[in-house]
Order: sequence, then C-alpha cells, then structure tokens
Amino acid sequence: MTAATVARPTGTADAQPTIRRRNSRAKRRAVSILLSAISVLVFIGSVFPVYWMVQTSFQPNNEIIGAEVNFWPKNFTFKNYGTVLLESDRAQFLPALGNSLMVTLLTVVVSLLFAFLAALAVTRFRFRSRRAFIITILIIQMIPGEAMIVSIYRVLDGWALLNTIIGLTLVYCASVLPFTIWTLRGFVNGVPVDLEEAGMIDGLSRAGAFWRITFPLLAPGLVATGVFGFIQAWNEFLLALVVMARPEMMTLPVWLRTFQVANGTTNWAAIMAGSTLMSIPVIVFFLLIQGRMTQGLVSGAVKG
Amino acid sequence: MSAPTIAPSPALDGKVRGKKPRFQLTPYSLLVPATVVLLIIVGWPLIQLFVISFQEFGRPQVFGAPAPFVGFKNYLKVLTDPSFWNVMVRSILFCLVNVAVTMVGGTLVAILMTKLNKFFRVLMSTGLLLAWAMPALTATIVWGWIFDTSYGVVNYIFTHVFGLDYQGHSWLINPLSFFLVATIIVVWGAIPFVAFTVYAGLTQIPDEILEAAQLDGARGTQRFRLITLPYLRSIFLVVTILQVIWDLRVFTQIYALQGIGGIRDQTSTLGVYIYQTALSSGNFGMGGAIAVITVFFMMAISLYYVRQSLKEEQL
Repeated sequence: MTAATVARPTGTADAQPTIRRRNSRAKRRAVSILLSAISVLVFIGSVFPVYWMVQTSFQPNNEIIGAEVNFWPKNFTFKNYGTVLLESDRAQFLPALGNSLMVTLLTVVVSLLFAFLAALAVTRFRFRSRRAFIITILIIQMIPGEAMIVSIYRVLDGWALLNTIIGLTLVYCASVLPFTIWTLRGFVNGVPVDLEEAGMIDGLSRAGAFWRITFPLLAPGLVATGVFGFIQAWNEFLLALVVMARPEMMTLPVWLRTFQVANGTTNWAAIMAGSTLMSIPVIVFFLLIQGRMTQGLVSGAVKG
Repeated sequence: MSAPTIAPSPALDGKVRGKKPRFQLTPYSLLVPATVVLLIIVGWPLIQLFVISFQEFGRPQVFGAPAPFVGFKNYLKVLTDPSFWNVMVRSILFCLVNVAVTMVGGTLVAILMTKLNKFFRVLMSTGLLLAWAMPALTATIVWGWIFDTSYGVVNYIFTHVFGLDYQGHSWLINPLSFFLVATIIVVWGAIPFVAFTVYAGLTQIPDEILEAAQLDGARGTQRFRLITLPYLRSIFLVVTILQVIWDLRVFTQIYALQGIGGIRDQTSTLGVYIYQTALSSGNFGMGGAIAVITVFFMMAISLYYVRQSLKEEQL
C-alpha cells in the first residue's frame, strides 16, 4: 500500500520534494497505526471468550444473573470451583479428569508407538503393497467419524469394550493413527539414511544405528504428532459421548455436557468454572509447545 | 509449496531401490500393530455400516432380534425424505459460508501479520493461539453464555450501549441467527489455523521476487494477484479442502448449541442428523444409509486432496 504511493509517478515532484516526502511518511505512519489497531482488535476478538469464561467463573452465580453485567468480578470467589469439584451430584469431576488423563495419555503413547513402527516400515523398507498401505492411510483419513459412530458402537458392544478405557483408547488411536503415520513418515524421510549407514560401518547393528542415530533426530516430529494426538483425545466429544455413557466412565467433555444439562436452572458460573478447568491444561500445553506445533501442522497440512 | 515439504532423501531412494526386491518379514511385522487397530476400529465397522444400511435395524435388533435384509429400502426412505435434503442443503450452505469467511478472514490476518512490527505480531499471534487451543465444546458453551438470552453480554451491550431493544432476545430460537452464532464459533476457532498456515507460506516467498516486481511497477494488488497467489496456490487448495471437510462434518458446535437452546429439526447438520437418526431414535438402518451416503460424498470431495498428496510425494 505504502510502496505504491512511493512508486507512483509524481507530476510536480521536483517542485516540492520535501513536502511530498513528509506527506508520504505521515501516510505510512497512519497506515501502520491503523494496522496495529486492527491487530489489537483481532487480539481482543480472539481472547474475549477465553477472558469471559475465566472472569465469569470467579463471580458468584447470583451476581452474574443480575441486571448488571460485570466485566470484572466484583466479589471475587472460588465457590464455583468448589461446586464443580465437590458438589456435582450427577457425575464427578475428578473421576472424569482421571478418565480423560488415562485415555489421552494411552492414546498418545500407543498411537505414537504404532505410527512410528508403521512410518519406519514405509520409509526404510521397500516391499510389496507399501504404496497400497499409504493410499489406504490417506483414504481412511477422509472417512468421517460421525458416519461411523453407529457401527463403532456396535463393534465395541460386541467385544464388551463399551464404557472401558481400552475401548475409547482404541477408537482414538484409530482416528489419530492415519495423520500420525503420514506426518511421521515425512519426518523419518527427512533424516538421510547415510547417517545410519555410517553408524553401521562403525559397527552398530541396523536397529542399533537407527535407535542411536535417527531416533534422536525425530524428536520434533514425535512432539508435533504427540501434541496432535493429545489435543484430539482431550477434546473429542462425540465418540466419547457414545462409548462412555456410564457416569463413572465419562471423560471431561461428556462430563461438562451433562453438567450443563443436569441443572434445571443453568448454573452458568459453575459451568464456566468447569469449562476453565477443562480448557486450561490444553491452552497451557498449546502455548508451551506452539512453535513446534505450528511447524508440524503446517508440514502436515501441506503434505496431508 | 516447496519449502515446508521435507524433500525425500535421494540417497535413501537410490540405495534401497538398488537392492534386489525380496520378501522381508520386518516391514510387515512393523505394520502389524497399526493395521490391527485400523482393521478393528475402521475396517470392520465400515463393513458393518454397509451391511446395516441394507437391513431393517432398530431397537429390537440391538437386543438380539434377527435383522432382515431389506435391499435399498433404507436408502429410498432417506432419499425421499425431505428432511434429509433439508439437512443436506443446510450442511452444504453452512459449510460454504464458513469456509469462505474462514479463508478470507484467515488470509487477511496472515497478510496483516507480515505488515506488523514484532510487538503487535506477537500480541496477535498469542491471541490467535488461545482461540486455537480452546476445545470446541467449551468454546461453544462459552459463546452460548455470551449470547445468552437473559444474561448474555451481547444482549447487554446491544441494549445498554447501542440503545437497541435486545433485552431477553433469543439468538438460538431463530434458525438463521442460530447459524449466525454457530458461524461465529466455527470461524473464530478456525481462523488461527488458516492464518498461521498461510503466514508460514507467505514468509517462504523470496523477497527478491516481490522487490523485482515492485521495481517493474507492479502495484500492491497486482503483486498479490500475480506473485503471492500463485506461490500459495497449493497451500490454499489443501487448507480449503481441509476446511470443507471439517465444516461439513461439524458436530460438536451444532450439537452443543442445540443443547443450549435451538430447535433441533431446523438446525441439524449431517453429523448431528446421523446421530439423531441412529442413536437417539434407534433407527440404525436408516442412520447407516445416511452415513454411507455421507462417506461417499466426503470421499468424492477429498479425492482431489488425496491425489494432490500422492502427486507431491513420490511414493
């Protein structure tokens, strides 16, 4: 924008060069202030719901349903957190947290391990049906889980895996695996096999060379795909709703949902406290790891 | 495109391809764990889904009654049901609007990022990250609270700041404003991904080329159209298709908003409709038929994506 102003042929440029320069500088400054202002608006728009959730959660429920809307808690209180953690009669927060943690951690570990082995197979070996396997992975990624709920429900039911940690973990692993295999494949490909061969000349076995040399170089890839699995499993709602129907087996998203339905008059303050409890771990995790996450997602998005 | 993709190592390809192909046990055994999981959770249910969609399968069948095959009856029922077509049209419209708004908004934010100084860029990125990290369910619930009929801050501001009569205005009861709220939630959550991805792409364009064009007299919009867009073409395509798939599949946001206060019949999208038909009403046969139609529909859309992925990587 500013550049165009400068480049434009100037009819009487020779007459008043200083004024013109000053004008264009002022204009550039105005544009940059305007853009900064827009970026602040984008920031506010992005953050507002998060802020609103947290600040509501610290207000007494009888105050948030008054005629006035407080933009900052007038009477700061932790009571809502107490309500959420201790008093909810339908389903308990702590067991749900436990279930969520178990399922999420298992999903991350198992899917990373399995995907890593598969990625190894398709990058470091040439074998028949390798191509077919990769294409299948890509196609599976396109099948909507929403369409599969019916039959997944029935299959898990048949194997007595409904309302079990293992059942839900299996489902999440299957939904995370295609993306994880595909992305890890790219990362393994990025490490030249020459390095391993050098190690083998120095007397390492093939497996030893891989483990000692290539594996450490894959750390960013493992982190990025691990984060992907973590967020998927932690946030997933529909499959958890179907698989974990029993109150004591609920994960956090399902718990949050029942909590919202349970009370006849909605206790918004408590719901916001619950939402905060559920979101904070992901948000902190996300902020900590964001550089690698963006990288991993970008390469994942570009390559599939 | 070129930059973010990890180039396949030529050394590896040469070496391994040079070897004589012989049957090896190792790669297959490495594939076993992943394959088993996918077969149990994707393969077998997929077959089941097809079978069920040709059966009369309701609540009695869940408890062990035999399920008679009924041919294409479920499909006929679905395809002649006007409510299915309503859902389909609604889903497609919702998807198109959301993808368009998300892509335009995300791209504008990405361009804005390149023009800011460090402080404002970090500020904005942090905000976007927060929005990105927020789980869809909690985001929906919070937005539902923001748009709450009696105590929502939106109604409060409209009433007290702009002096409009929004006291007790229900945003979710009217399907149109229901989808307005849903769009805000989905777009709010999706813009960060698009913005960061496009921004990553924008930073890959060599400055020399843009400068050269500028010296040749190309104006800002021309440079964007003639240089930036072609450079980002493949990123745009892939991101757009991902957005189409995600927005067509949207479940959590719609389902949770309906829970807060929408009329289900007028606001269901494909994912929610399958859930209602199969699990809430117990008509698994019809739910299966809708699901199979959805799967084919999605596959058709994403075929391009798969082909693009395959083309870029020599497998």
